[in-house]
Amino acid sequence: MTSQRVHFYQVGSFAVGNRLLNEDERTVQAQSDRTNSIDSGHRACQGCGEALGARYALDAAMRATNGQIVAVNATGCLEVFSTPYPETSWRIPWLHSLFGNAPAVATGVAAALRAKGNKDVRVVAQAGDGGTVDIGFGCLSGMFERNDDVLFICYDNEGYMNTGVQRSAATPPAARTATTEAVGPEPGNNFGQGKDLPRIAMAHDIPYVATATVADLHDLERKVERAMELRGARYLHILVPCPLGWGSASDETIHIARLATESGLFPVFEAEHGVVTSVSHIRRPVPVEQYLSLQRRFAHLFGANPRPDVIAHLQSMADENIARYGLLQPEMEQSS
Amino acid sequence: MTNPFAITLDVGSSRANHTGSWRVERPVYVDRLPPCNDACPAGENIQGWLYEAESGNYEAAWHMLVEDNPLPAIMGRVCFHPCETACNRVQVDEAVGINAVERFLGDLAVEKGWALPEPGPDTGKRILVVGAGPAGLSATYHLRRLGHHVRLVDSAPRLGGMLRYGIPAYRLPRAVLDAEIARIVAMGVEIQLEHVVHDVEQERRDGMFDAVFLAVGAQLGKRVDIPAGDSSRVIDAVSFLHQVADDDAPLLGRRVVVYGGGDTAFDAARTARRLGATDAVIVYRRNRERMGASGEELEQALGEGVTVRWLSTVSKFDGDRIMLEKMKLNEEGFPEPTGEFEQLDADSLVLALGQDTDLSLLEHANDVNVRDGAVEVLDSMMASPSGIFAGGDAVPAQRTATVAIGHGKRAAHGIDDFVMGRSAEAKVRHELASFELLNTWYYADAPRTERPELERVRRQTNFEEVIGGLTQDNALFEARRCMSCGNCFECDNCFGVCPDNAVIKLGENMRYQFDYDFCKGCGICVKECPCGAIVMVPEHN
Amino acid sequence: MLRQIEGSKAIAETVALCRPEVVCAYPISPQTHIIEAVGAMVKAGTLAPCEFINVESEFAAMSVAIGASATGARAYTATSSQGLLFMMEAVYNAAGLGLPIVMTLANRAIGAPINIWNDHSDAMAVRDSGWIQLFAESNQEASDLHVQAFRLAEELSVPVMVCVDGFILTHAVEGVDLLDQSYVDSFLPPYEPRQMLDTKAPVSIGAMVGPEAFEEVRYLAHLRQLDALELIPEIAREFFESTGRDSGGLVRPYRTDDAETVVVAMGSVLGTLKDAVDARRDLGELVGVLGVTSFRPFPSEAVRDALAHARQIVVIEKAFSIGAGGVLSTDIAIAIHHEQTLLRTVIAGLGGRAITRRSLEKVLDDASRDELAPLTFLDLDQGAVDRERARMQASRRSGPSAENLLRDRGTVSPKIPA
Repeated sequence: MTSQRVHFYQVGSFAVGNRLLNEDERTVQAQSDRTNSIDSGHRACQGCGEALGARYALDAAMRATNGQIVAVNATGCLEVFSTPYPETSWRIPWLHSLFGNAPAVATGVAAALRAKGNKDVRVVAQAGDGGTVDIGFGCLSGMFERNDDVLFICYDNEGYMNTGVQRSAATPPAARTATTEAVGPEPGNNFGQGKDLPRIAMAHDIPYVATATVADLHDLERKVERAMELRGARYLHILVPCPLGWGSASDETIHIARLATESGLFPVFEAEHGVVTSVSHIRRPVPVEQYLSLQRRFAHLFGANPRPDVIAHLQSMADENIARYGLLQPEMEQSS
Repeated sequence: MTNPFAITLDVGSSRANHTGSWRVERPVYVDRLPPCNDACPAGENIQGWLYEAESGNYEAAWHMLVEDNPLPAIMGRVCFHPCETACNRVQVDEAVGINAVERFLGDLAVEKGWALPEPGPDTGKRILVVGAGPAGLSATYHLRRLGHHVRLVDSAPRLGGMLRYGIPAYRLPRAVLDAEIARIVAMGVEIQLEHVVHDVEQERRDGMFDAVFLAVGAQLGKRVDIPAGDSSRVIDAVSFLHQVADDDAPLLGRRVVVYGGGDTAFDAARTARRLGATDAVIVYRRNRERMGASGEELEQALGEGVTVRWLSTVSKFDGDRIMLEKMKLNEEGFPEPTGEFEQLDADSLVLALGQDTDLSLLEHANDVNVRDGAVEVLDSMMASPSGIFAGGDAVPAQRTATVAIGHGKRAAHGIDDFVMGRSAEAKVRHELASFELLNTWYYADAPRTERPELERVRRQTNFEEVIGGLTQDNALFEARRCMSCGNCFECDNCFGVCPDNAVIKLGENMRYQFDYDFCKGCGICVKECPCGAIVMVPEHN
Repeated sequence: MLRQIEGSKAIAETVALCRPEVVCAYPISPQTHIIEAVGAMVKAGTLAPCEFINVESEFAAMSVAIGASATGARAYTATSSQGLLFMMEAVYNAAGLGLPIVMTLANRAIGAPINIWNDHSDAMAVRDSGWIQLFAESNQEASDLHVQAFRLAEELSVPVMVCVDGFILTHAVEGVDLLDQSYVDSFLPPYEPRQMLDTKAPVSIGAMVGPEAFEEVRYLAHLRQLDALELIPEIAREFFESTGRDSGGLVRPYRTDDAETVVVAMGSVLGTLKDAVDARRDLGELVGVLGVTSFRPFPSEAVRDALAHARQIVVIEKAFSIGAGGVLSTDIAIAIHHEQTLLRTVIAGLGGRAITRRSLEKVLDDASRDELAPLTFLDLDQGAVDRERARMQASRRSGPSAENLLRDRGTVSPKIPA
């Protein structure tokens, strides 16, 4: 199991920087000269988790490769808010083709680089959850299966936010979206559907699969760094809360991502060649209510006609994740 | 390369789009008053010196510490540390061991021979300081730094006041006391020992002093009327401890009863144990919860074999037996007699029932108000518009060394304003950095470092120091437990978490600045600031 | 070097001479022999450096080509029919991004009913995508056009589709004079991209463009195709001067100068038509043939010139716009824009139905007597159509027409109940 070193330096390794840490132990985001791969002036909503996640991941990739990154982007929020003519926010070579083909375009980029004998420049493809688990799924699976030298990053905000918050196969059960309204006896998205893409990716036996959130920057950057050490198809699934689509306050973005992991609803782990090699243990366990109650997309589970049964169902999903990945600290497991 | 029209764009061109216009609220950096600083009677900038200590800059930390308190090695031992009671970290795990770090810095300074700041340029003003306890020493130090001439007088043969004559050596080794006092003396102080000031006005006229600071302490042990067969076997705790400090310990016998529940009672009982008493019993009329001494002190005393009779009063002492009356607390929490009695074998009785101040020197100082045995003072510690100031145990306040040190500093500045003909500047206090403002997620989990305690057996028989100091490693560790409540400590969180890259990092020790051209006002920086040093304020227009 | 060779193989070998750096392939009949042959050369190392990517769909194939081309690599793929439609979104995208990809389209009908045989419906489906579409008359031309296509695509930053009749050309073995490497190298300089993903000079490619600039972007694409109208004949002339072969160009007029009737067509049917015309010329009939090589850009001026003296124009098309009529005919009508010319459309060869000399002669006979209808479906089995119409009239649940027609013809076992 890879270590999660936490230094006890006031804020230890949890904060972005820390004047007490050695320069090389601070995050990329703590550096004044970070790339800012996606620059100011983009049109993401206030508190956008995806804008943050993209900068975190790409800046880390830029550091890991000494600035030798080209990015391919699927259609979606990230693409739309970053490149409306005549302005782009990207500071790295960037290509947008279509909604569903980012993995294949990235394959083409990687193939071209290989044909040209260029081993230094590395390819990152990125998409939202719709471009990953739904419309881009075929191309993604093909890219995995061929083991093309691409790091594919899914910024998962659990729905089609760019088009006005519709359901995707990554939308969690019970969540209200514009196409899974909070009406009827089982309001919100159905239980028992959806795709667990990290596990599907693992089933391809690719060199590296990892999940991360915008709430744990050190972990996210370490995973990008690890991914860039490897060749072949790599998959990073980053949870990026969406204030607009989730109905959360714009300042809660990181807090909510943290609660997603601390509740067990979003397991954070990494796997190499289909085998889980490390998990991020839950530091301060919380019941799922704490996570759900901050989001209006789950408001129908609370309030005048509460649905403790649905909440209990969601809690059982979290508990299954906790059991599957062993998310509790070893000492917590003993005491529980 | 000429880009194809519209579909291909030059990097970073979005900086032309100033998204700051979306904002309805803007984040602003603030500084708040950390609860430790707020609680420190000596007015130390605790968070400030911990900040330096965290970085391993111990000398800088010590220098910042002695800006306010010239006796850190002493206070690192005897302070009852209200800072730790106030510390927000209590709500995370345990309070930061501020007192232990203070002592570490104080000891290190003594060991390394770090010097106090140079005295200020000579003002030609002469100040008389009466009493060389913590208040007097503190005032002397600050007055010297302000460039005033100081004559420090004390009735005792040595400097230190209650630090020397009230606190047992196992709590405050004399070498430490002497070293820190010597540093103040080395700043150039005129000292007059074994000198009793009978009339302060006369003394002032004779010495042509521009101002006087009275720090005479509370040296008189309170007596109560207890029928006693042999009054020679009854002694007050202040005298007892003073005699022990003078190496002239009275013979108390094997069975010593101490009457009272404050720190002094415990000091007396623990000292009696060290002098050979097999039984050292504290008799206290209230219960444990209402006792004046600290829990820490109680635990240490119990560990040394001291026993306590709660809810009991001494009603009679006939020479080798004490009659105790059992008490009960009424609804207001006051002890009331029950009429039940019991006997306790005792060779001597030590009374630790509080102290009084000898203010006879103020008889001719007509414009000084004395009420309930204490001198009334203004915020500046001024007792008389003619230039008499007072502090420490002589004024109405908590009677602790730390409070006295704070008084000394405040009085020194009050005196400075007075003699220099300035009016005092009102100090702006920042809003308190309360726990709710923090995001404690970011602080690493870490237990508080316990100061090693000496083996209990050893401390029952000698006056060696009971509590050990921190090592350099664990002092650093302890300092780093500080959460820097309310004040930026450059963790880079705001810089990192902004989705719009609208935070500018200004460089080490220069903190950050918002780039309002791009800040959309989402507030993530406020939420994720560990120490509550950012607030959102409404945008005008 | 003249070789007896299958059309697909000749195309593959010519493509290899063009030194593509990334080739992506997803198999679909009748394109398979082309990509198999390219794949074999890459595998053997005779085509290097080249990345041959077996993708999981045509959508991915074109997407891989997009990525490769945007990274400055010469990219090639091939497809047919359903495959082209499956990649259609990416086909438009490649053109929109101005990426000079070359693709062979082995023309095939589009289902349903599923049909693997030749017609031009697939090419017509993407005629508005912004690609240059060149139609090959023979395997020799099919091969030669690929070299010209890369040159054209890269000079203009526009993708080029070389349309080759499926099976009729791709699977036919005939003599093809293959170019040699040194010639191709001199004819086709290394690819110099107009834009690319470059860490030394980063740009954002594929921005979102709103109403404020979209029309201009489209108009610029149109101008590039108009530029192609100049460049295509230039390249063909240069090719002719060095090889002596008349491949490519915009249009191919054959005995049209004094023709009263001109038959217009694209692709392999032109050979049969020329034979028919020769025979009629021998009998003194003033007929000619106009082959359209460049369908997009559409060479209106060249067409107008070639048809200037014709009294009657017969367009033979292997595709049609259902509910409207001929596709090529529409373009020609706009090009000639004078009403006194008779314009006749003959839909022929759909789904691989053979266009026989006999049937063509019948068309020309009718034309010569001014008896050709404005829209004719060649060799249509009117009886079968009438019977199916009757069935549909008779019963709501009349079943699928395709199967009904096969049963009507006795191609499906009569044991399967209707």
